[in-house]
Amino acid sequence: MKRRKVDLHEAPVTFAKGVDERFQASTPLRALLNKVFPDHWSFLLGEIALFSFIILLLTGVFLTLFFDPSMSEVAYDGVYSSLRGSEMSQAYASSLHLSFEVRGGLFMRQMHHWAALLFMASIVVHMLRIFFTGAYRKPREANWVIGMTLFLLGFLAGFTGYSLPDDGLSGTGLRIASAIMLSIPVVGTWVSAAVFGGEFPGQFIIGRFYIAHVLLIPGGLLALITIHLGLVFKQKHTQWPGPLRTNTNVVGERMFPRYALKQGGFFMAVFGTVALLAGLFQINPIWLFGPYRASEVSSASQPDWYVMFLDGLVRLMPNWQIYLGNYSIPPLFWPAVVGLGFFTTAPMVWPWIEARKSGDKRIHNLLERPRDNPERVGVGVMAVTFFLIGTISGANDVIADKFHISLNAMTWAGRIGLVILPPVMYFIAVRVCLGLQQHDREVLAHGIETGIIRRLPNGRFVEIHQPLGPVDEHGHPLPLEYGGWVVPKKMNRVGALAPAVKGFFYPVEKPAEAPVSPGLPPVRGDDREEITTGR
Amino acid sequence: MTTLHHDAPDTPEPVDVSDPRLTRLDVVKEGLRRDEIELVTYESQFQGTNSKAEKRVVRNIAFLFIIAGLAAFAFLAFYIWWPWRFELGRTLGDFYTPLLGISLGISLFAIGFAILSWAKKLLPHEVSIQARHDGASPTSEQKITGQTMLFVADELGTGVQRRPLLKGAIGFGLAPIGLVAAAPLIGGLIENPHKGEHPALFTTGFSPSNNGGNPVRLTRDDGTPIRPEDVSTGGQMTVFPGIPHGATNEYADSPTLLIHLRGDDAAKARAEADADPRNKGSMWGDYIAYSKICTHAGCPASLYEQQTNRLLCPCHQSQFLITRNAQPIFGPATRRLPMLPLALDEEGYFVATSDYKDTVGPDFWERP
Repeated sequence: MKRRKVDLHEAPVTFAKGVDERFQASTPLRALLNKVFPDHWSFLLGEIALFSFIILLLTGVFLTLFFDPSMSEVAYDGVYSSLRGSEMSQAYASSLHLSFEVRGGLFMRQMHHWAALLFMASIVVHMLRIFFTGAYRKPREANWVIGMTLFLLGFLAGFTGYSLPDDGLSGTGLRIASAIMLSIPVVGTWVSAAVFGGEFPGQFIIGRFYIAHVLLIPGGLLALITIHLGLVFKQKHTQWPGPLRTNTNVVGERMFPRYALKQGGFFMAVFGTVALLAGLFQINPIWLFGPYRASEVSSASQPDWYVMFLDGLVRLMPNWQIYLGNYSIPPLFWPAVVGLGFFTTAPMVWPWIEARKSGDKRIHNLLERPRDNPERVGVGVMAVTFFLIGTISGANDVIADKFHISLNAMTWAGRIGLVILPPVMYFIAVRVCLGLQQHDREVLAHGIETGIIRRLPNGRFVEIHQPLGPVDEHGHPLPLEYGGWVVPKKMNRVGALAPAVKGFFYPVEKPAEAPVSPGLPPVRGDDREEITTGR
Repeated sequence: MTTLHHDAPDTPEPVDVSDPRLTRLDVVKEGLRRDEIELVTYESQFQGTNSKAEKRVVRNIAFLFIIAGLAAFAFLAFYIWWPWRFELGRTLGDFYTPLLGISLGISLFAIGFAILSWAKKLLPHEVSIQARHDGASPTSEQKITGQTMLFVADELGTGVQRRPLLKGAIGFGLAPIGLVAAAPLIGGLIENPHKGEHPALFTTGFSPSNNGGNPVRLTRDDGTPIRPEDVSTGGQMTVFPGIPHGATNEYADSPTLLIHLRGDDAAKARAEADADPRNKGSMWGDYIAYSKICTHAGCPASLYEQQTNRLLCPCHQSQFLITRNAQPIFGPATRRLPMLPLALDEEGYFVATSDYKDTVGPDFWERP
């Protein structure tokens, strides 16, 4: 039989043809390669969350190889001599083993924890970006709801995760969680008994949290992240207004080669950041807290930052107990159950509330600058203020200690601040937005202040303004329409003055490009005209 | 290529991709046309080929990749050869984790920046415009799909409407199946918090039922009993029920604070306690014992301020006044700390004459 010659050059083609015959992949693949993405630094915040999640999956799998989620008591017999001989749960002992006796185990643990903090932080900042630019408006309401759910799941993932080592600090957190469950009216004791398998702490909680933390919650996160990204893909990303950009197009770069490459580089940078944090900054040194004992706790017992606002609200809550005959509702119920429920679900309906109020049923693919919607900014700032006061109050004992303030004064400041400051901040934010709007309109109407003062023959002084567009026969600028995007407010923004010198080692060979507006050709040095005093 | 100013993308004529005269870019552009993309700008960031600027960028990128490789080797070297085992005191091993972090961080950052500069500085600058397709599907599509769904519903629905036997049978057949899915989960997890003669919610380790009906001793965490002289005046001690595992988390509600008050404070505290029907006679001499479990969220209220006779819970800063039946005087707690009735047994050790008379621990709906 004659041997068939294999043509190596043709092999990829043959393979590709074979794939296409089976899956008809050509058209969708080309559409993917060609897909256009708009670019702006603020669009990368969500990516940080995605990349942190990938790091969490990778490091988390490593941790499971050494962690033992068992609550059976053992006497510690490892290398950390300060705890040798103490009775502790197997979970805590294996966490110590992972930290001290597994090569690189501590590094992996710290990477996992830092990535978790970064995950939650980037979710929050990403969410603020979405909120303040109105990116959640029709048609993207569903993705906003999914995003809020992701925050809630991340919150639960974080709490179940840092409870696993069963150290002195996290055990106290579990005790508070049990108290929160007990505070639910009517069914509280039943809920707590079901979760803990009897009275706190029982024998089951670490094992149950473990399966929730490594399977159920990450499964939910993975599914929702997939839908989240799928919707971004399907509905296409929003973009800022600007030259060429309309509500019906996407201006940017194709996915390949440039956009995807940039994403890859950014992932590496995020990964590098987590590695540096994990190597250089100690996080959750469980060996210092000791095993959990119901009788022991120290001051400065703070949860991870994303739980701190909840802890702060619990601290600020006055001791108002509601009595109903022989039954009662403890004050813990309001901040911990109602508060958390409200703050994670109420924002979900915001897109519909806003649309209903403004009667706006159009599709929005162009983002809105925060200043152009003062009321939204006001509401957002109000929520952020509330969150920050809660978070600061979550650390009020540490602040009181370090700054020599009375602890009770800190609590009262938080209580009063929680009521007074959000409306005050709402008012300030709205006024700031209106002021910024007004200044934009002023520059569009009169031009940019040049800083050149001219004395008129009658002795009056006037400042010369540089019009941004055409002028009438008297030299007064014709009114310009506001385009929803940055209005240049300094002369060097319109190329009249040389842009600031960039670079340290390299003296400037040619001036850097002066950004005018995306899509417009930059003004180069030789195009500029010198401004004269007008004399 | 020049920058154009218009809203709708051009729609160039379709080209025949089998035409051999087409360049690869022409074919790519035909793909863009089919995907409704207009390539507005696609130009090299350098003037001419092999310009000085381009060479510099290429050198920088190569340099970054080399740094990445070196740092990765450094990571491996540290990982393998640096002493890593924990020993007490300052050792080289203390630097193990920082060295891993720094070398890995540098390596990843270098790769990241190399890729970023490649994408941002080397690849041609690009502005593309793609059309969106928002909004609803064509009304005819909406109608067809809607009618199809209604048709399906009719087929199933009227079928059931016309056949009442089926309706009942489906309801009867499916509802229990749904419950079957939920039953094991709920049934397995559910625990009656009130079960037994001494439900755990209302009982601590100090209940005589744990000690064959005899009063339970107060012990240290190593199980040794306590005499009055073991606690100095103005001092306090955390005590546990003197039963097997009494000091472990099995009895998480039982940790108790035994306080030896100064004479005048003790008189004040006794007057307050004796005025209270539940706490009456619970002190022994100048000694008083309160549950350490905060009535707010269950943290140990362990910070004892000797000067003001306050107990502070470090979790949420509830404060309790020891000389007034441990009533809460600040913070989110509503309920006083339960008092443990004290006595001495025949050997002179502290015992609890009975269990706590108030329920220990955080509050709940049906607390008596």
